[in-house]
Amino acid sequence: MKLAYWMYAGPAHIGTLRIASSFKNVHAIMHAPLGDDYFNVMRSMLSRERDFTPVTTSVVDRNVLARGSQEKVVDNITRKDAEEHPDLIVLTPTCTSSILQEDLHNFVERARIEAKGDVLLADVNHYRANELQAGDRTLHQIVQFYIEKARKKGELPTTKTEKPSVNIIGISTLGFHNNHDCTELKKLMGDLGIEVNAVIPEGASVHELKNLPKAWFNLVPYRELGLMTANYLKTEFGTPCIDITPMGVVETARCIRKIQQVINEQGANVDYEEYINEQTLYVSQAAWFSRSIDCQNLTGKKAVVFGDNTHAAAITKILSREMGIHVVWAGTYCKYDADWFREQVSEYCDEVLITDDHGAIGDAIARVEPSAIFGTQMERHVGKRLDIPCGVIAAPIHVQNFPIGYKPFLGYEGTNQITDLIYNSFTLGMEDHLLEIFGGHDTKEVITKGISAESDLNWTKDGLAELNKIPGFVRGKVKRNTEKFARDRGFKDISAEVLYAAKEAVGA
Amino acid sequence: MTVAQQPEALNFECETGNYHTFCPISCVAWLYQKIEDSFFLVIGTKTCGYFLQNAMGVMIFAEPRYAMAELEEGDISAQLNDYEELKRLCEQIKRDRNPSVIVWIGTCTTEIIKMDLEGLAPKLEGEIGIPIVVARANGLDYAFTQGEDTVLAAMANRCPSQAPVTENEKSDRNAIQKLLNFGKKKEEVIQEESEYVDHPPLVLFGSLPDPVVTQLTLELKKQGIKVSGWLPAKRFTELPVLEEGYYVAGVNPFLSRTATTLMRRRKCKLIGAPFPIGPDGTRAWIEKICSVFGITPKGLEEREAQIWANLEDYVKLIRGKSVFFMGDNLLEVSLARFLVRCGMTVHEVGIPYMDKRYQAAELAMLEKACQEMGVPLPKIVEKPDNYNQVQRIYDLKPDLVITGMAHANPLEARGINTKWSVEFTFAQIHGFSNARDILELVTRPLRRNNNLKDLGWDKLVREEAKI
Repeated sequence: MKLAYWMYAGPAHIGTLRIASSFKNVHAIMHAPLGDDYFNVMRSMLSRERDFTPVTTSVVDRNVLARGSQEKVVDNITRKDAEEHPDLIVLTPTCTSSILQEDLHNFVERARIEAKGDVLLADVNHYRANELQAGDRTLHQIVQFYIEKARKKGELPTTKTEKPSVNIIGISTLGFHNNHDCTELKKLMGDLGIEVNAVIPEGASVHELKNLPKAWFNLVPYRELGLMTANYLKTEFGTPCIDITPMGVVETARCIRKIQQVINEQGANVDYEEYINEQTLYVSQAAWFSRSIDCQNLTGKKAVVFGDNTHAAAITKILSREMGIHVVWAGTYCKYDADWFREQVSEYCDEVLITDDHGAIGDAIARVEPSAIFGTQMERHVGKRLDIPCGVIAAPIHVQNFPIGYKPFLGYEGTNQITDLIYNSFTLGMEDHLLEIFGGHDTKEVITKGISAESDLNWTKDGLAELNKIPGFVRGKVKRNTEKFARDRGFKDISAEVLYAAKEAVGA
Repeated sequence: MTVAQQPEALNFECETGNYHTFCPISCVAWLYQKIEDSFFLVIGTKTCGYFLQNAMGVMIFAEPRYAMAELEEGDISAQLNDYEELKRLCEQIKRDRNPSVIVWIGTCTTEIIKMDLEGLAPKLEGEIGIPIVVARANGLDYAFTQGEDTVLAAMANRCPSQAPVTENEKSDRNAIQKLLNFGKKKEEVIQEESEYVDHPPLVLFGSLPDPVVTQLTLELKKQGIKVSGWLPAKRFTELPVLEEGYYVAGVNPFLSRTATTLMRRRKCKLIGAPFPIGPDGTRAWIEKICSVFGITPKGLEEREAQIWANLEDYVKLIRGKSVFFMGDNLLEVSLARFLVRCGMTVHEVGIPYMDKRYQAAELAMLEKACQEMGVPLPKIVEKPDNYNQVQRIYDLKPDLVITGMAHANPLEARGINTKWSVEFTFAQIHGFSNARDILELVTRPLRRNNNLKDLGWDKLVREEAKI
């Protein structure tokens, strides 16, 4: 047992559901107790989905506990198959079903007989994998299933596309700025004259999966999602995989040079150096920013970085290599992939921190007292408590991290966005600091109109106690309204009763 | 409105139970804030933790007095000793927070692996010297607000059975009263006592924000009724005295286990009344309590009329409109009854669980309201099926759907107005003064529509919706 208040990566089934509901016309059925379908709320709220989240629950209740699910799971699968005709139904185990040890495999076999669509059991162990690992695994599982299906039917295309083409693997629902990143990557591929063969899983149909081998190479922008799939495609079809995250000016260039090498090896004969130069110097503002006086002022300022592998590593490199900021420590909560992270950031920070304990991270921030934090929503709140500004660079995230405006982190526009994020974090910190030195804003005193705070009326003890329970930001208004009410009616003392009578009278 | 067939009595149905609701462990979110000296330990998995973390939003960052005892593989396979593990964690909690009570919330996992929490608690309690209350608020058995019910039922067993009587304060009935009288002179206390009618002690149950507690207590005081205590109180150490023969009344419709425990285990008498939600409900609630104590209520009719008059601007917006409750928090019957009184038609009252005995007075009042307002009686659907409900919503085209967040945005995109149901659990909706807050919530989508009505942006999905 572990005492825990906060977790960075969710449970395994969340990963599976993120993959399943990213695809078009794929439905997930969770084998779970009532209330475990919280994923639907998150998807509907955070990413403001217009469509119903294609996830339902085959409810585990007392009866199931006593007698097993019996026909229930099979019925739920065939019912969903008939109602919505999904191409694929993914039966998703949860922590509950993994200890019930029901033969879900058997349910899937039986449901396959009746269902018109395909049925799969997500092969994920709740106690061994987290959200990120499970997502990676499920994507691989679905791709493998459809490749093998096509192979059996002899529908697998054998030739590559005529022009250089790419599969972008790992864009998913509830991923941090994933949809903006996807747009930016497509634009980048367009600039490079590379066709996008497929984007998976977001918005893809499972029927497209058999076409994956047609691409010249696979691009996996995020470390956490898609590598298993890309490695599988490499083993099966020899498709090269590029896993350099194009985040930041230097890494974007490195990614593009790798693409150039990979497609030239297949006979493309392209030279992207001119493009990289043009974009770096004149399109992205990040390189110019590095030279500007603004960035000079940031030289040697202390920062700490924490997040998932992809973002924490990339941001660490940007801060240190592209802006001359002193990264005291960089950390990740992807403990299962810690070696990769260490190797990526070791030369760009003083210390590497591998943990998923938010308490330890909070302490490490307090110890270092950086000028800015780059982390998740949790670090943002630590920053609030310590009065240190924070730029959010990775999940876990809140609804404000699903902006409507175009805010990619990848590609050349991504470099601009990241520059703003970093610079704004630091200047806000500076501004606060200066304000403190010079005694704060001169408009701090609120000028009240009408009835002043001092009055001739007497608040009784209980009245005052009730007043103090009212949230601070409306308390002044309530106090004024109550006093006005009391004065109008000639009350001298204001008790809790008078306070509530006033509330009713003004209808608030 | 034309009424084709007017059913004589309420029609109860039961569907598949395939609906969306919050897990009952969510009750820790409001109970740890209510009971200030408590610590809630949820014994479950990452799934439980992830739910709490996301459902509670910003509260999670405020150093909450709750935590997960996250079960690992070793706990599931009994390689680790439950007792030793819990002892280690509870000692840590005692060291860091020193609460007056630790509440263990049993989850689905502890049920399935049959962890004997009720058995472990008394032993550990003796060892660490902090009361441990066990509530099995799991998704196998309960929905959302029923979590509070399981916690309060467990707490009911911890209420002292005799008033602590000290030498010089013999007139004080219990700890609450002592606190209320704190700082007052003896004569004042005696003078205050005389404001009350002589009636047997009354204890109210249900967790409400402190301002609402004060409002309802004052409301009863106006009738000369003294509230001897609340379950729960602000602090665990202030739980009310419950002697045999005390009267109890519920303030929320989801407290049937607590009511049962109070009646059977504590030998209290339950006053079965509609719930004080809406001015009509509040009046009926007070009247019922008065009638049990043989008191003739004073000024309630005028009071209700005056509240209704104050609500008119909001009632105008919803009069003649229709509403559909998908059902997820058990407040549905009371809200439906109030909205019928506001002039709305209710198509369907979805509800997770329907205790016809505990809610009897409320159901009767709903029936009466429909008859008096001349609207058809709604269908009450227990354990609803959300998929079927969405099909019915497409057919009925209600003016408002009260639903969970999983369905709200997709329905809005299809031109159907929604109100997020969870807000009713967290807003202050009890008593006369808060009736306006209910309508504030109910009318919000309609007021939003009035602001946007000329834009022609009703349906924002491309093809006609499949679910």
